[in-house]
Amino acid sequence: MALLTTFREVGTYFREIYSGVASLVRGMRVTGGYFVRPQTVTQRYPENRKELKMFDNFKGELILVHDEQNHHKCNVCNTCMRKCPNGSIEVISKKIEGADGRSKKVLDKYIYHLDMCTFCGICVSVCDEHALKFDQEFEHAVFDRSKLVKQLNLPGSISQKEANNE
Amino acid sequence: MEETLLDIDLKDREEYIINMGPQHPSTHGVLRFETCLQGEMVKYIIPHCGYIHRGIEKMSESLSYPQLVHLTDRMDYLSAHMNNEAVALCVEKAMEVEVTDRVKYIRTILAELSRIASHQLWWSAFGMDLGALTTFFYGLRDRERILDIFEETTGTRLIQTFITPGGLMNDVHPNFQKRVREFVTYFRKKLPEYNQLLTGNVIFQERTKGIGYMSKEVAISYGVTGPSGRGSGFHCDIRKLAPYSAYPFVKFNEITATEGDTFARYWVRMQEMSESLDIIDQLVDNIPQGDYMLALKAIKAPKGEFYHSVETARGELGVFIVSDGGPNPARIKYRTPNFSNLFVINKIAAGHKIADLVAISGSLDLVIPDIDR
Repeated sequence: MALLTTFREVGTYFREIYSGVASLVRGMRVTGGYFVRPQTVTQRYPENRKELKMFDNFKGELILVHDEQNHHKCNVCNTCMRKCPNGSIEVISKKIEGADGRSKKVLDKYIYHLDMCTFCGICVSVCDEHALKFDQEFEHAVFDRSKLVKQLNLPGSISQKEANNE
Repeated sequence: MEETLLDIDLKDREEYIINMGPQHPSTHGVLRFETCLQGEMVKYIIPHCGYIHRGIEKMSESLSYPQLVHLTDRMDYLSAHMNNEAVALCVEKAMEVEVTDRVKYIRTILAELSRIASHQLWWSAFGMDLGALTTFFYGLRDRERILDIFEETTGTRLIQTFITPGGLMNDVHPNFQKRVREFVTYFRKKLPEYNQLLTGNVIFQERTKGIGYMSKEVAISYGVTGPSGRGSGFHCDIRKLAPYSAYPFVKFNEITATEGDTFARYWVRMQEMSESLDIIDQLVDNIPQGDYMLALKAIKAPKGEFYHSVETARGELGVFIVSDGGPNPARIKYRTPNFSNLFVINKIAAGHKIADLVAISGSLDLVIPDIDR
């Protein structure tokens, strides 16, 4: 009787070794398959910068859309500034004399703090004029923090409304 | 009086204290386990959290409802869509509005995709914690495809801020359906590979089976929800108990296991991945037409108290809003799954070896920013 139990124990012992090794081999078959038929999924990033294209919707950094005549669409309603959760947008306006002699409020500086932005996209979605957009730029690393504070309206640019009145 | 760690004369009992974390690879974030050891055996563990506390609940009081959504991404960053959805649903419940079916379908597909992505990352890291580096590459390879789908539609990969009270930030990309369908067929083929690689592995089984037993009673009394609770047979799937969004329209099973050990929690997550694939499969072809955003004048909750919970990849996330009728909440409280799941660790890991602590904390799938928030 005791002998039979011993035999059974020895049998279980070897069976466990066999099934254990078999499970390892099953796993190795998967990795081995990829070893013989490699599939490259990684990208060589700094080398492929030219071909690397982000998706259209990609939220890179905020830009004020300018057309060919250097006109933007911002008419200083300040909605983006008010809706921004972390105060990363500052819209600074100035008063100018319009063609009809009345003073008008126009954009002076559109300041964007990239260092505070959380890329929630509320500014873009609340803008009725579609003046704002996220571009595809993603390399934000700089040596100095002050470089992350950007003026979005290009030098010499005026708004489309302003251009139409004149 | 209860004995605290300082009261014990450690020398006499040959015990010593070792700090696991705040910078330990297996805690996946800044969490410290003050672990009392006797030799290699864990006597007890005191988790210390708060290293990444940002005061999200307090910050939310000074933000309007659409603005505070972006903070919820930063809690459980691996289920960002579900976190957004929780706030959105709670605010919609307060305002007594209902979003279109299109929004419901898209929300559910995105939530299930992020559940798969979250479980893939957990599977990768869990294997790596136990010394199987291969899983990390395989899991991330497939997760990348989901992130690509997210990136094409929402513009970001991890923290999307896409679901907002009243609907979605923008409509889905025209390629969305095609890509999701492609992913479902692709991942159906790859999921068996996961099981061949790790689930059946004898070393893995020896290290997880019978380790970190959590009974159903313990799971309920500690409030352990999600796959960790379901591994102990606790039926806690909010998608089944109180269906929201498009879950009433789909057929799926609530995965539960009765063993309650580390392997059971692992098994539940593996099954949930294929269950999520089934849910997506039922929804992706029938996304109805409609608006992606309700035309709401102002997003304001009426005076009162509102609660809504959703099932994230880690358990029940509840949002409790106390409103005084203004555009900002007077008080907002998040019942985060990881906070409850964390504190069961002393109960289930005490008495095991220190190497098993890694397996047990890995099987709870903790995301630290969600604990501290």
